[in-house]
Amino acid sequence: MTAPTGNDAFVEFERVQKSYDGETLVVKDLNLTMPKGEFLTMLGPSGSGKTTCLMMLAGFETATHGDIRLGGISINNIPPHKRGIGMVFQNYALFPHMTIAENLSFPLEVRKMGKSEREEKVRRVLDMVEMGAFGGRRPAQLSGGQQQRIALARALVFEPELVLMDEPLGALDKQLREKMQFEITHLAHRLGITVVYVTHDQTEALTMSDRVAVFNDGVIQQLAPPDVLYEEPSNSFVAQFIGENNTLEGEIKEIKNGIAVVQLDDGELIDCKPVNVSKPGERTRVSIRPERVEYNKDRLRAGVHTLHAEVLEFIYMGDIFRTRLRVAGNDEFIIKTRNAPDQTRLQPGQQIEIGWLPEDCRALDA
Amino acid sequence: MADTTQNGPVLAADGTPLKRSLSRALRMQKTRALMLVAPLLLFVLITFLLPIADMLFRSVENNIVSDTLPKTVVALREWDPASGEAPGEEVYAALAADLQVAEENKTHTRVGTRLNYENPGISSLFRKAGRRVSKWDIETDGPFKEQFLDMDKDWGKVEIWQTIQTYSPTMTNGYFLNSVDLMKGADGVEVRPENERIYITLFIRTFIMSLVITCACIVLGYPVAWLLANLPTRSANMLMILVLLPFWTSLLVRTSAWKVMLQQQGVINETLVWLGLVADDARLVMINNQFGTIVAMTHILLPFMILPMYSVMQTINPSYLRAAKSLGATNWTAFWRVYFPNSVPGIGAGSILVFILAIGYYITPELVGGTKGVFISNRIAFHISTSLNWGLAAALGTILLAVVLLLYWTYDKIVGIDNVKLG
Repeated sequence: MTAPTGNDAFVEFERVQKSYDGETLVVKDLNLTMPKGEFLTMLGPSGSGKTTCLMMLAGFETATHGDIRLGGISINNIPPHKRGIGMVFQNYALFPHMTIAENLSFPLEVRKMGKSEREEKVRRVLDMVEMGAFGGRRPAQLSGGQQQRIALARALVFEPELVLMDEPLGALDKQLREKMQFEITHLAHRLGITVVYVTHDQTEALTMSDRVAVFNDGVIQQLAPPDVLYEEPSNSFVAQFIGENNTLEGEIKEIKNGIAVVQLDDGELIDCKPVNVSKPGERTRVSIRPERVEYNKDRLRAGVHTLHAEVLEFIYMGDIFRTRLRVAGNDEFIIKTRNAPDQTRLQPGQQIEIGWLPEDCRALDA
Repeated sequence: MADTTQNGPVLAADGTPLKRSLSRALRMQKTRALMLVAPLLLFVLITFLLPIADMLFRSVENNIVSDTLPKTVVALREWDPASGEAPGEEVYAALAADLQVAEENKTHTRVGTRLNYENPGISSLFRKAGRRVSKWDIETDGPFKEQFLDMDKDWGKVEIWQTIQTYSPTMTNGYFLNSVDLMKGADGVEVRPENERIYITLFIRTFIMSLVITCACIVLGYPVAWLLANLPTRSANMLMILVLLPFWTSLLVRTSAWKVMLQQQGVINETLVWLGLVADDARLVMINNQFGTIVAMTHILLPFMILPMYSVMQTINPSYLRAAKSLGATNWTAFWRVYFPNSVPGIGAGSILVFILAIGYYITPELVGGTKGVFISNRIAFHISTSLNWGLAAALGTILLAVVLLLYWTYDKIVGIDNVKLG
């Protein structure tokens, strides 16, 4: 994904702030630019401001300060019904007193479209979500997954260029959720629509999006494609929030050749990649993914520092082994190894040496 | 698995049929449930269902004539009122015998009162006759026809005897005919003279005014219910207290307050005169008429409309409105096409409640209704407590009950009673 330039910016947030009570800011100085056709996910814990951002874009909340632009035009003063933005709600918000076909026809009716054209479009969109036979039913007669499809169809039927989705898969069970994740992404790419998707489920964010904006405390912590987000978190919040993560705390001893040597609180030394630390003496929180930890000495690069570890627990999970270690006084240090034929199974009580490639271990803010 | 391949009934583990086993297991639960509702069931039976049954029965019951004047009733069977002549001696003799027994039991005045409903004047005839007949010797003092006519020449009138004959059966539809301004004339059912017709007018007025009150409650209550359902909890609770406030004051006090407000020397008129909007000699008449009744009753019944509407509106997901707007609907379209249809069950429930309460309302129309603003229930109350014509009161009540049930049935057919929600 190339970074969007000012010219092809489709959705823009410029210095947007939002406060409900006039005392605290729910959204602090938000800047975000999206090109046309992008699938962007706003990810964050509840209360992080992601839904507020979505509601401001939809027009149900007004920004306290700043400018929101759609296709280059400021939409701050345009009421929601004139924005032409499709929206899928958390609980689907299908109108219970209308049939499925009437629900889908509603946005076309309020646009004063002719009857035959409406019927044609409704039929086409029903076919698109593979619900062609359900036009005459009421929402209550459909299962959760079917309602979800109809909600999606209703947001798409009037052919908006931008579709907002507010945790649309939250109420579905795991299997259906995974299936719908793929369906939504495929549909979005096929139709070429721009999607802003809000969720607190990081797996959903990683599998579906072109880019993910991680929100915390009203600020975007990192805005990056999923792989960058996972492998190169830019601060300790993102590292903690995305995927499983081991942290160790310590102080920078020296930085040279792009490798930082960190002295952990119990005195041991490790090698890391300095991310947002700059000089020796600084406190740092070191982040390392469980699957990047190596305990087989042969596979470690010569000369790197290793740490002593004691195996506390071995958990067999089928495709992987999950082993809990005590490392530098941290009892919650996890390593993950693939269940391969030559893989050793560690026993509780076993003493091992662990290490990693310095570039997999990131020295972040304390 | 084995059970499905067998052809007989499914058996429980001990070999008894599963159905019997299940019902035995459930019997205990059912008995307990029945015991829990038994006190209420008895209470409702004694204080509600039995009185209604009694009322329905009273509206057609007419034992009093045949019980008090058994011989006369038998003797009158032969008589044909179309002959235009008073009945013969044997009827008068029977009446004398009956009255003598009745006088001893003091029941002759009651039958007089009963017949007086149908033919005013009979009551005094019976009272006078009772006193006189008690002194006669039935065996020796005959013939009686002349003596009756001497006592009062009305005893020779065909209409008197016709009334007695018409009301001698133990069941009568007379009360019902009376309730709809009809009567039993010489040639069967006929319409009452114009100056005696009141009930049809009253019924119509009751329905129209109840309808107006219901509509006023909908119009006034809907925005309040909407506000209640959409305000933050704290302000909503405050507003809810204001809505319920009328329940905390006595009905009589509230109605009297309206008297103070609406009368010609009342608060509203004084203010209007002071403001110069109304001339002092042309003060508005707002009480002791239909306007007063409608205003006071709308105020009193408003909470019954607001509460069901509120509880239904609370269940309407606010995201429906947002969804409608995001789909391109203006505020009005979103309300009218999405919110309003979902709130109809609340309006239905509130309307049924208010309408049925209004139709049977009594105290408020009595106090502020004057003559033009009274309801059919005031007439029923009059017959129960003043004229003591319980049969007619029962017939009016039965008609009211039937009409309410009919409306309920129609509502079910048109809107569907499943669409009525109280929350």
